[in-house]
Amino acid sequence: MANPAIEIEHLTKDYPVGFWRKKMRRSLDHLTLQVEEGESFGFLGPNGAGKTTTMKLLMGLIFPTSGTARVRGRSINEVRMHREIGYLPEQPYFYDYLTARELLGYFARFFGYHAAERSERVTRFLALVGLAAAADVQLRKFSKGMLQRVGIAQAILHDPQVVFLDEPMSGLDPVGRREVRDIILDLKRQGRTIFFSTHILSDAEMLCDRVAVLVEGKLRGIGSPGEIVSMEVQGMEILFELGKEQALPPNIAARAKNIGNRYRIEVAEKELYAVLEQLRGCAGRILSVAPLRPSLEDYFFNLVGRQKSQVPPTEVGVR
Amino acid sequence: MSAIAGVVAINTFREAVRDRVLYNLIFFALMMIGAAILVGQISIGIERMVIINLGLSAISVFGIIMAIFIGVGLVYKEMEKRTLYSLLAKPIRRWEFLVGKFGGLLLTLVVNTALMTLGLGAALFCVSGRFERTDLTILVAVYFILLELALVTALALLFSCFTSPMLSTLYTLGIYVAGVFAPGILGVSQFTQNWALRAITRFVYYLLPNFHDFGAIAAAAHGDAVPLGLIWHNTLYAALYVALILVAASAVFSGRNLK
Amino acid sequence: MWLALVAVPVLLAVCAALQVRIDAETRLLNQGHEELLLRSGWLLKKLSLGYEPLLADVYWTRVVQYYGARARKPGATFESLWPLLDITTTLDPRLMIAYRFGAVFLSERPPVGPGRADLAVDLVKRGIAENPDEWRLYQDLGFLYSIHLKDYQKAADAYLEGSKNPHAQIWMKVMAARVAESGNALETSRLIWIEVYANTKDELIRRRAMQHIQSLDAALGLKHLNESSEDYWRKFGRFPTSLQELRDAGLVGGTLQDPAGYPYVMGANGVPQLNPKSPIVLDPDQGPDKLR
Repeated sequence: MANPAIEIEHLTKDYPVGFWRKKMRRSLDHLTLQVEEGESFGFLGPNGAGKTTTMKLLMGLIFPTSGTARVRGRSINEVRMHREIGYLPEQPYFYDYLTARELLGYFARFFGYHAAERSERVTRFLALVGLAAAADVQLRKFSKGMLQRVGIAQAILHDPQVVFLDEPMSGLDPVGRREVRDIILDLKRQGRTIFFSTHILSDAEMLCDRVAVLVEGKLRGIGSPGEIVSMEVQGMEILFELGKEQALPPNIAARAKNIGNRYRIEVAEKELYAVLEQLRGCAGRILSVAPLRPSLEDYFFNLVGRQKSQVPPTEVGVR
Repeated sequence: MSAIAGVVAINTFREAVRDRVLYNLIFFALMMIGAAILVGQISIGIERMVIINLGLSAISVFGIIMAIFIGVGLVYKEMEKRTLYSLLAKPIRRWEFLVGKFGGLLLTLVVNTALMTLGLGAALFCVSGRFERTDLTILVAVYFILLELALVTALALLFSCFTSPMLSTLYTLGIYVAGVFAPGILGVSQFTQNWALRAITRFVYYLLPNFHDFGAIAAAAHGDAVPLGLIWHNTLYAALYVALILVAASAVFSGRNLK
Repeated sequence: MWLALVAVPVLLAVCAALQVRIDAETRLLNQGHEELLLRSGWLLKKLSLGYEPLLADVYWTRVVQYYGARARKPGATFESLWPLLDITTTLDPRLMIAYRFGAVFLSERPPVGPGRADLAVDLVKRGIAENPDEWRLYQDLGFLYSIHLKDYQKAADAYLEGSKNPHAQIWMKVMAARVAESGNALETSRLIWIEVYANTKDELIRRRAMQHIQSLDAALGLKHLNESSEDYWRKFGRFPTSLQELRDAGLVGGTLQDPAGYPYVMGANGVPQLNPKSPIVLDPDQGPDKLR
């Protein structure tokens, strides 16, 4: 079996807190997991769970209190490891006095490309993330979404085998989110290992082979999204619009809440089609139908509960 | 390996060039040199001396201001703005980053100083219509100023690794002033009878970067030749001291957890 | 990085060693250069933007450094001492120590100082104008007139004027009378220097005053011996050839040593002299040739 792409063993990070900096707050507690080559791995957790801490530890931006990690066989302490990885930080910020082209050109220099190849790559990746038109605009004029795209470009322009993305969808509008999703899927198709963190469940569902759940610095579970998706859906939510003359059937009116002529109603899964039929009858316009999921914490607690009765968390993820 | 540092250096230089504040400083410096010509008209017979004195002093002062002003933000800004996040994820060692930052700022200072020296030369030519062989000392004085600037830059960079720009400015300025008045500190050791005080002041004297060594403005104004030995020793002193500051900065920065 | 722990001290040590070499070279380079660009105290005051006291302190430090550095060098001149003091007192007219320093060291003749008692008087007079309540400045003025300018009337006037201040010490009156009466006497000069010594805390001034006091003591000793020598001549019809002869004749007693502890010697024609090994330097007006 080939080496795992990412191996993390008992990675721990304590921060000194308090005025005299004597007390320690543990922001990551003996994290142990492995990611295989070519896997697309989602790192889930609420804010403050330790996801970004883990990323920063892997990147060498902060140093572990204890524990080790290796990427493609190389320790995270080695500089050479960084040749094979790409990193998109959370809410990225770049040198605002540079243009997008100049920034990418600058970063490209760290990999020893010839001038011609550098230039070619920069142009190609700018086009890939949809920034070809803004290539020569200074970054200080970029919107958040554009910065996010530059961030992705700089993370992958040297064709790294392992890509780390910290909240890659944050701050993007729906169009941008879709584009980023497409890029990630593309990277996956190319056989790269993707490790990305998010607190948005649906993104993880769509993109990941496996997910890990981190809560308060501790790994709560590892599994495939299927295991998460198979959680009971609590119901369905329907958003619809009524014209001024239309009236709601009484059973719906009792349960629906509205702002103006926009309505929201929660129904059990088995009554979904019946309610939709009723709405069709009163010529309302359906805006959306979506499954209602429990909160993220519910998922995690459930996951823990289920896994406690089975095997220790880390083993579930190992194939 | 040093190529990576060079990459950072060029980028740092680019950043400095695009920082509009710099241009104001250069403008002021050139104005000073212009003023020197005016003042030179007033003090008859010593126009050259006044121009050289004022001009070199302006170059020195503005150089120091620039070195501190930009230097204290060199690392701090990158840490605050988190531009370091994406940079350090690249195959670059932390010390290469520091050396690159230092090199970039030094390059900026060299270019600016060269421009201002040209301005000074022009002013001199304006007033006396020719150059003398003794004017070579002016170039030596400028070279010494550059050595000074290298030291100040290194100091600012060191503090930038672990404290805010305001405190860095205070510390760097403090050490600079102490280094300029270093002979005074040695003087205390010679005048006092208290042996503890004498030992401490002597120790401090040799510990501090002795900026007084690089003062050749008076010599340039009088047209004295500077002995080659001094040029060589000053160069060595500056190089070694800069090296030790950068080593210290690397040690500090390499262990630092970024926020 | 353990490399840093080793490299930094090593490099510092090397730099310190270099510094020693550089010190020697810069001394040669800056010799004789009076790096006083702005000589106008008035201009500096305008430029100091409210920080005059601080700048005055800085310049005062320079005065001390300047003087100290040159006092030990043979053949040094003191051209910038006056401008430096001028600037210092313009920036801070109440810096008393500057006036006293100027009074003592501006007036000292080469190689100890520039020998400009006239400038010193200007300085002190300006000090008096700015600080009419400081009686000590009158002491400095009296000192200058008496010791260096030998104008005993003006000296007496100065001491008298100062003694009118209710805070002035008694000896100011005494000094006024003394100077008026016997201004050129060695004892008077000695008294003046003693008051300078007793009334100042500055190390340099005290040291210099002590040197003068010792010099005057020696001169007085020699004068006394000379009188005994003349007595001897009156008695024995010839000059003594040694101090021992004086002692045997009962004309002198006690230890016949100068304040530095070196015994006096008898010169030609019964003129007593300082021991050649003695570090004491007599004032030119106090030399043995002036005794007759």
